[in-house]
Amino acid sequence: MQIISPKIYDVAIVGSGAGGGMTAHVLTQAGADVVMLEAGQLWDANEDGDMFAWSYDSPRRGASSREKPFGEFDGCIGGWDIDGEPYTRAAGTEWDWFRARMLGGRTNHWGRISLRFGPDDFRGRSLDGLGDDWPITYDDLAPYYDRLDDLVGIFGNRDGFHNEPDGNFLPPPKPRVHELLVMQGAKKIGIPVLANRLSILTRAHNGRPACHYCSQCGRGCSTNSNFSSPSVFINPAQLTGNLEVIPHAMVREVTTDTEGKATGVSYVNTQDLQEYQVRARVVVLAASACSTARIMLNSKSPRHPNGLGNSSDVIGRYLMDTTGASIVGFFPQLMNRPAYNEDGVGGAHVYIPWFGYNERRDFARGYHFEVWGGRGQPSYGFGGGIHNLNGLFSETNTTARERGGGGYGLALKEDYRQFFGAIGGFSIRGEMVARRENHCDIDPTVVDKYGIPVLRFNVRWSDQEYNQVQHGQLKARELIEAMGGEVLSRMPTREEGYGINKPGRIIHEVGTVRMGDDPRTSALNSHCQSHDVPNVFVADAAPFVSQAHKNTTWTLMALAWRTADHIVELRNQGQV
Amino acid sequence: MDRRTSLKLLALAPLPVVAGCEWSSSDVQHAHESTTAAQAAGDGTLQFFTEHEFETVKVLADLVIPADDRSGSASELGVPQFMDFFVSEQPTMQTPMRGGLAWLDMHSRRRFGHPFLEATNDERIRILDEIAYPNDAAPEVQHGVVFFTRFRDLTASGFWTTKAGMDDLQYLGNTFVQTWEGAPPSEMERLGLTFDDWETI
Repeated sequence: MQIISPKIYDVAIVGSGAGGGMTAHVLTQAGADVVMLEAGQLWDANEDGDMFAWSYDSPRRGASSREKPFGEFDGCIGGWDIDGEPYTRAAGTEWDWFRARMLGGRTNHWGRISLRFGPDDFRGRSLDGLGDDWPITYDDLAPYYDRLDDLVGIFGNRDGFHNEPDGNFLPPPKPRVHELLVMQGAKKIGIPVLANRLSILTRAHNGRPACHYCSQCGRGCSTNSNFSSPSVFINPAQLTGNLEVIPHAMVREVTTDTEGKATGVSYVNTQDLQEYQVRARVVVLAASACSTARIMLNSKSPRHPNGLGNSSDVIGRYLMDTTGASIVGFFPQLMNRPAYNEDGVGGAHVYIPWFGYNERRDFARGYHFEVWGGRGQPSYGFGGGIHNLNGLFSETNTTARERGGGGYGLALKEDYRQFFGAIGGFSIRGEMVARRENHCDIDPTVVDKYGIPVLRFNVRWSDQEYNQVQHGQLKARELIEAMGGEVLSRMPTREEGYGINKPGRIIHEVGTVRMGDDPRTSALNSHCQSHDVPNVFVADAAPFVSQAHKNTTWTLMALAWRTADHIVELRNQGQV
Repeated sequence: MDRRTSLKLLALAPLPVVAGCEWSSSDVQHAHESTTAAQAAGDGTLQFFTEHEFETVKVLADLVIPADDRSGSASELGVPQFMDFFVSEQPTMQTPMRGGLAWLDMHSRRRFGHPFLEATNDERIRILDEIAYPNDAAPEVQHGVVFFTRFRDLTASGFWTTKAGMDDLQYLGNTFVQTWEGAPPSEMERLGLTFDDWETI
C-alpha cells in the first residue's frame, strides 16, 4: 500500500548534496514550498563530525573500512560497496560507483577544489571535433559562478591563466615547504603553478568564521569554515520555514499523470520499508548523475515507455568520470624536518593547471595535477613500506643501506623519524571524452533490497584517456626529479593502463542526462529542463555535456543556481 | 574536558571570531591532548591471538621498535593490543598473521630446537637477520620475509599513531592555528626557499 501525502508542494527535490542544496537555497528564498528527499540519514558536522579526533582516539587508528573507505574519521557515510544496494557491470568492463547516504551527500568530505570550467570547456567539439558542445557558454554561467564565490566563499589568486577563469577570491594561504619545492621544480621545466582554489574561508565570510588550519575538512568542519551543502545551503533554507527535509527516503520513481506530466515522487522509507508518495508541482532531480539516471529510467509509464523524459534514448549514456593516477616521490632534502605545525587547510595550497595547450600530443583535452605531501597527523598506514625507502635514503641505518632496505631495532626507529614529511607526490586528474557507448542502464534481473531495479554499468577507457595518463605519468616524474626528488612509483606499462584508476574511482561521474538544444540528441534543454516533461529538472552533474579535467562541484552548483532561477521565472509566469 | 565538550565550546566561539577574527585557543588546544590512548582490549581479553601468539608478538614488536631516550618500546606503547584488536576485525589479515607466527616458531625450532619465544636474544636476532631484509634474503625463507615485512608495517602503524609516538615524531598539529604563516624562517632558510614567487604570483 502506498502512503500518499495530502499536501501538494511547489517543488520536490531529490537529493541534498551540492545540487539539491543549491536548488533548495534559491527556491526557498524565492518563497517556494519545498520538500527535499534524502536517501540517507541526517548528519550535522558539529554534532557528528570527528574534527580534532586523534588517531589514538580509536583502536583502528583512522584506518579505512568498507563503510568508511576514506578512513574512519571521514565525514561521508557511504562508499563503493553498500549493504543491500548492489550494481552490476557488463562483462569485461569496470566501474566503481561511490554513493553517499547522508544529508549533504559528498559535500561533507570532498576536497573543496572549486574550479570553474573555462570557455574552452563548453565548446570541446568546436575545438577538436570530439564529443559535443554545450548549449550554453562560459558567459552564460559566469554570473552564477560569481554569485557562488560571493555566497559560499573561496580562496585563490587572480592569475589570468588561459581557460582557468578567476573568481572573487579570498586570499590564498601560503604554501607549505613541499609545495614551494613544487613551484621551484616546476619553474625549471616550464610548468605553471597557481594558488589553489578551495571553498575554505581564509577570512570570516557571511557569518562563518575563518579556517583554523587543522587540515581536516574531510571530517566535517565544526565551525562551518568550509563549504558543505548543509552548512551553507540547507540550514539557512530551513530557517526560511519553506523547506521540509525527509531523510531515509530512497526514491523509486517520478510519478506522472495520464498526460505524462510529473505529479511528484514515490519513495521507500529505508527505516520502515513502506512505500510513500509526495506530490509536487515541480520535480528537481539532484540525486547524483547515476542515481538521477536510474530514477528516470525506472520511471516508466504508458506515456514514457523508455523511462521518464527519455524519448531521445540518451539517459544513462555519455557517462564520464575523471581520469586518475598517482605518482609518489621521495625528497631527501625534506628528511629530518624541524618540528612545526604544517597542517594547513584540508587540501593542497597550490594547483597545477593543464599546461599543454600548445604541445603536439597523442590525446585530446588535458589534465591537472593535485599536489600532496607534508607532516600530517600519523594514522593507520604510517611508515608502511619503509623497507623500500631506508635502503636508498637512510642517513644512519648502515645495515639497511648495505642490505637493500628493511631491518629492525633502534636504527629502524630512527629511519621512521628521519622520513616523516619527506614523501610527497602528484595525482593526475584528467578529462575523459564523452562517448555514447559508455553508459549505464537498468539491469534486467537485479534489484536492491528495496526492490528497486539497479544500474548496470558499461564503461571503457579509450586511447584518449590512456595516452593522457601516460603523459601525466611522465610529466610527474620529470617534475619530481626537477624538485631534487626520487621517483618511488614504478612506471606502469600500456598493458597496465599506465596506472589509470578504474572508472568511477575519482567520483566525478557526469553526463548521464545531458543537456542540448536538440530533443533528439539530448534529454534536457539549456535550462536543464526535460524536453519531454516540462515540470522535471535536473540539478546535479548529470546534465554535463563534457567533463573538463576540473572537479565538478563548482560548475554543477552554478548550473543548479541558474536552473533554480529559471524555475522561479517560469513559476512567476505561471508556466509550471 | 573531552572532545565533545570542547566542540560545544567551539560552537559558541563564532561570534567573537567574526567580530575580531581572534581564536582563544589555549583551552581547546590542550583539551584533546589529554585524551588517553584507546586500548583495544581494555580488560586484557584477547580478541584474536592465543596467549602464546600474543607473547610472541610482544617480543617481536619490541625487536622491531625498542625503547630509547625519546619513547618507549612497541609493547610499552600498546602495539600488541592494537594488533590483536585490528587483526580481529580484518579477516584477510588473520591467516597471514597466524600462519606467519607459526612459521616463525617452526623456523626457530628447526634452527635452534625451540620456539621463538624460548629462543635466546642472540638466536632471535639471527632469525631477524635472515628475514628482515627482503632484497637480501635467501629464497627458502621468503615466507618469513613476507610475514615480517607485514609485521613491521603493522608495528609502525600501531606505534607512531599513539600519543607517545606522535610526541616522539614531534607532530605539532591537529590544533587551532590563528594565522597561517607557512614554515618558520629558519626552515625556509635551511631549504633555500622563499615566498618571493608566491608574493608576486
